[in-house]
Amino acid sequence: MKRLIAIGLTISLAGCSAPLSYLDATSPVGGSIASLGWGLTAISVGVCLIVGVLLLVAIWRGSPRGAATVVPVNDRAPIRWIGVGVAISTVFLLGSAIWTLVTVHSIAGSPRPAALSIDVIGQEWWWAVKYRSDDPSREFTTANQLVIPVDVPVQINLTSRDVIHSFWVPKLGGKMDMIPSRTNVTWLEADKIGDYRGQCSEFCGLQHANMAFNVRVMSQADFDAWRNQQLQPAASVAGDPRLRTFMVRCAACHTVRGTPAGGILGPDLSHFGSRETLAAGLLPNTPENLARWINNTQTIKPGAKMPELHMLASETADVTGYLEDLK
Amino acid sequence: MSEVARSEVLPVGGSDTVSTAWWGMVCLIATEGILFVYLIFSYAYLGTQQSGPWPPSGPPSLKLAAPNTVILIASSFVLGWGVRSFKRTRNQRSLLMALVATILLGLIFLTIQGFEWAEKPFVFSTNAYSSAFFILTGVHMAHVAVGVLILLMLLVWTLAGRFEQSHHEHLPLGALYWHFVDVVWLAVFTTAYLVPQFT
Amino acid sequence: MVAQLDTVDSPERRKLLGIWETAPGLYGWLASVDHKTIGIRYLCTAFFFLVIGGIEALVMRAQLAQPDLKLLSPDAYNQLFSMHGTTMMFLYALPMLSGFSNYLWPLMLGSRDMAFPRLNALSYWVFLLAGVFLYVSFPMGQAPNGGWFAYVPNTNLQYDPGINMDVFSLGLIFLGISTVVGSANFIVTLLRCRAPGMSVNRLPIIVWGTFTASAANLLAVPAVSLACAMLWLDRRYGTHFFDVPGGGQPLLWQHLFWIFGHPWVYALVLPAMGIVSDALPVFCRRPLVGYTLVAISTVATMILGFGVWVHHMFATGLPVMSLSFFSAASFVIAVPSAVAVFCWIATIWTGKLQFKTPFLFFAGFVMLFVIGGVSGFMTASVALDWQLTDSYFVVAHLHYVLLGINVFPVIGGIYFWFPKMTGRMLDERLGRWTFWTMFVGFNVAFFPMHITGLMGMPRRVYTYPAEMGVGWLNLISSLGALIFAVGVLLFLVNIVKGLRSGEPAGNNPWDAPTLEWSTTSPPPVYNFATIPQVASRHPLWESRLKESEERSVIGDKASDGMVLDKGKETIGVTPLDAEPNVVLKMPGDSILPFLLALGMAVLFFGLLSQAVWLMVTGVLCEIAILIVWLTPKPHPADEEVEVYE
Repeated sequence: MKRLIAIGLTISLAGCSAPLSYLDATSPVGGSIASLGWGLTAISVGVCLIVGVLLLVAIWRGSPRGAATVVPVNDRAPIRWIGVGVAISTVFLLGSAIWTLVTVHSIAGSPRPAALSIDVIGQEWWWAVKYRSDDPSREFTTANQLVIPVDVPVQINLTSRDVIHSFWVPKLGGKMDMIPSRTNVTWLEADKIGDYRGQCSEFCGLQHANMAFNVRVMSQADFDAWRNQQLQPAASVAGDPRLRTFMVRCAACHTVRGTPAGGILGPDLSHFGSRETLAAGLLPNTPENLARWINNTQTIKPGAKMPELHMLASETADVTGYLEDLK
Repeated sequence: MSEVARSEVLPVGGSDTVSTAWWGMVCLIATEGILFVYLIFSYAYLGTQQSGPWPPSGPPSLKLAAPNTVILIASSFVLGWGVRSFKRTRNQRSLLMALVATILLGLIFLTIQGFEWAEKPFVFSTNAYSSAFFILTGVHMAHVAVGVLILLMLLVWTLAGRFEQSHHEHLPLGALYWHFVDVVWLAVFTTAYLVPQFT
Repeated sequence: MVAQLDTVDSPERRKLLGIWETAPGLYGWLASVDHKTIGIRYLCTAFFFLVIGGIEALVMRAQLAQPDLKLLSPDAYNQLFSMHGTTMMFLYALPMLSGFSNYLWPLMLGSRDMAFPRLNALSYWVFLLAGVFLYVSFPMGQAPNGGWFAYVPNTNLQYDPGINMDVFSLGLIFLGISTVVGSANFIVTLLRCRAPGMSVNRLPIIVWGTFTASAANLLAVPAVSLACAMLWLDRRYGTHFFDVPGGGQPLLWQHLFWIFGHPWVYALVLPAMGIVSDALPVFCRRPLVGYTLVAISTVATMILGFGVWVHHMFATGLPVMSLSFFSAASFVIAVPSAVAVFCWIATIWTGKLQFKTPFLFFAGFVMLFVIGGVSGFMTASVALDWQLTDSYFVVAHLHYVLLGINVFPVIGGIYFWFPKMTGRMLDERLGRWTFWTMFVGFNVAFFPMHITGLMGMPRRVYTYPAEMGVGWLNLISSLGALIFAVGVLLFLVNIVKGLRSGEPAGNNPWDAPTLEWSTTSPPPVYNFATIPQVASRHPLWESRLKESEERSVIGDKASDGMVLDKGKETIGVTPLDAEPNVVLKMPGDSILPFLLALGMAVLFFGLLSQAVWLMVTGVLCEIAILIVWLTPKPHPADEEVEVYE
């Protein structure tokens, strides 16, 4: 058993580079939880080792030597040792509880006012993302990705349009459920530029496994540029035949700002070309994947609410070309 | 333990806490009682999570419910009197009168509540309040109906002379169930009818 | 003094046999109210469901062995994981422990049967029929698919059309009847149906564990029954308990479910801990260290277990103040568990060990208990749980506590009591192979899940991408599951071998101290020729332990104790001190429990198919049967018995 635990520790250290692992998080919330996590893990491993040793010694001591007769017992000494063990355990439990409450207090709310407020609305099986602002003209909607500036607390307002989902970016912080009829507010702050993966973490039906998203952390300057770009309407040429195909085949469910396409059943596709992934983190965003997705939706993500469109090759080329150009 | 034995006459089956049936009835009351605790919790929880008034259509009228409460509580006293007097005097007449009266009062309670339900401006599936109201009062009504059935059987068994000798544990246990149902009504009535008058 | 009971034939015993034996043939099979028969039925049926649930798990592990496998569609996977959880949590774990307790309690307590033998039979038949009810949906491809926890709105009609969750909600209400009836039976049996002298401080710990669990179940099961009723009404009658557009609250479901669910998981493990507390000391050749501490810690754990349910809801956005309270309570609940663990270790430490198969399972249990316990300690921390919850870390935790604290003691308990139940020993060598295969397989399957959880793999997913980096760990888990399954197979082989050709066991093959080991193996249908007089916690070890001068009397002749042979009789005692105060008449064979259960099945199938005529038929049958059941029967007012001082 001790050997297994030692192996486990080694493995876990090796696994720290995984995209969703969190004991190596460095963000203010994630890092705070990670310290607590390492601490409680150390206590846990210690307890297992001590109990394992006690058990092995007890078994070795009690190995049959001579007659295994039942004789009178005096348990005063063992009871005292049990008291010692329980007392030590209680001290560690108490300490861990206090450490927990201190951590909760420090991460429950952002220490500084949030510079940015984003609504994330879960639905089966993708994420609507709405950037809020005091100035309504600077609000916009995107989907399946968050882009945030580094070193800035960001407030996330969570709700759901259908069933309970859960918003989780392990490297940036703990998870928070998205419950219809409620708005749960959480916050996160990244201290390193880069890409972070998020995943739905409340069972929400057929495609719960494939409901992921990206968080891209940029410098403040890059973020401002990105935001301004997102606010631009689609750079479309009037009379673009690809747009006509898109309107016929896709606009019933999807919106592209700056065009008549205003469907709200599916993700907002404005500036789709600048996104890293499609289908809620399922596939990298390439023209080939997009074409595959449109025509094989139910094979790639069985149960997804998007119907399999089986478009003609020309239609597929139009739509994929149009979307990928929406940078 | 020595082997010195003496003869003792022990009751067979026993009554009240000596019997096992009494403890069984207590277990039933415990589990059904906590069901009502959860029903009241659900009703209250749904209410606290609403933004509008609770009940949305205003507090329920006490016009029928208040006298109905008196009827039900009175029935408990009637039944209690009947069972106690039978235990003391073995006179079947008072017991039979008490059973018949309690059954009638129970049926009246159910009927009046049926009328009250029919007059409501909402149905089971209207909204969260109506669902909570009807399940709370409805589960109680079901318990009253079962209680009336139990009382009917006690009546039949009394008439059939089954309680002639000492084995009459069914009577106090049936009465215990009826008292439980009535006490629960006080909690339900307070929650669903009285509290909304003041909030 | 314990009489030699090899000579099982005597006029007194023949008279008791005539009074107590079950009728032969199909009628007797359906109408038996003998607690030993019912106990064995519970054990076999629950084990059958364990195997089914295990096969469901193996299929899931095949799908998860590598990233992006397509062995199962998401819908099939969702049904499998929901049924795996439902089967294990409801159809295996508690019924298995009920089987042990049903079989053992009267024998351990010195009684001739449980307090309500017909209710006992009823609780078994309802369990069986509820299990059938749940599983009838599987071949139709309509098995419950919302998880065993069935969160709304995902399980509302809008998102889960089809009858899957109607089967679930009605099935759980149906099964809940069995649980509540069984719990009431255990409580009243404990309080009243013991041998004179079997005071509360002499009860075996399994009795403490089952009693505590039963009291908890009485209070907890109605919460889930109510929640399921509300779910079914929302789905089929348009009510608005949980659906948001009508003002319903999704969190109401979670509160009700977990107010039930957390006490439930303690009900699933406390009796099993009792098995270890009673059987482990036998292989240490000494009494349990700290009996009183363990008894108190059992009750304390259960009471605290009612105050921690929100720790299943740490990520729901409830106010931080309330989350902090429940986090603190979840730390505190570890204290009584620590007490018990140290008591077991102390018993081993100060014992003279016999490395028989049961001992291996119990020693393994202690280690698995601690590992499961510390992963629970980590999830108790609300801040850390915000990362751990809904990841595979919790899957690791729950399997360590459920297999470690329920299955391992159960298997050890079967090795321990199989000789008593059947009169034959199981094979020791095969037993050792079984233990090591199961122990290694279990740890290989579930330890890596701590790591996949820490690497961020969410739970309840039918597949995962290669980029998550957890493919190889999942492969190891799947292989471990196979090894564990081989262990279960070896166990089954041992059972079959034991039944066919196991060595004859004799009354007390382990030289154990408690009352059940004083009878023949298997015991006679009436358990004891005379009601024992109990003088200590370890009646069969008294002369060796020398704790006092008093000696229990378990004998054959009328001068040894109450004979109580004027019909099916046992003695009733006062709750605390076990002084005899009533003669209890026990019912004979009765077909009514079986019929009542059948009537319930008719009613529930009627509710499921919304066929009013079926519902009405069911209700009317129930009323008629209950009237027959409860009709007062004449009996003498009192009886003369020998009372011993």
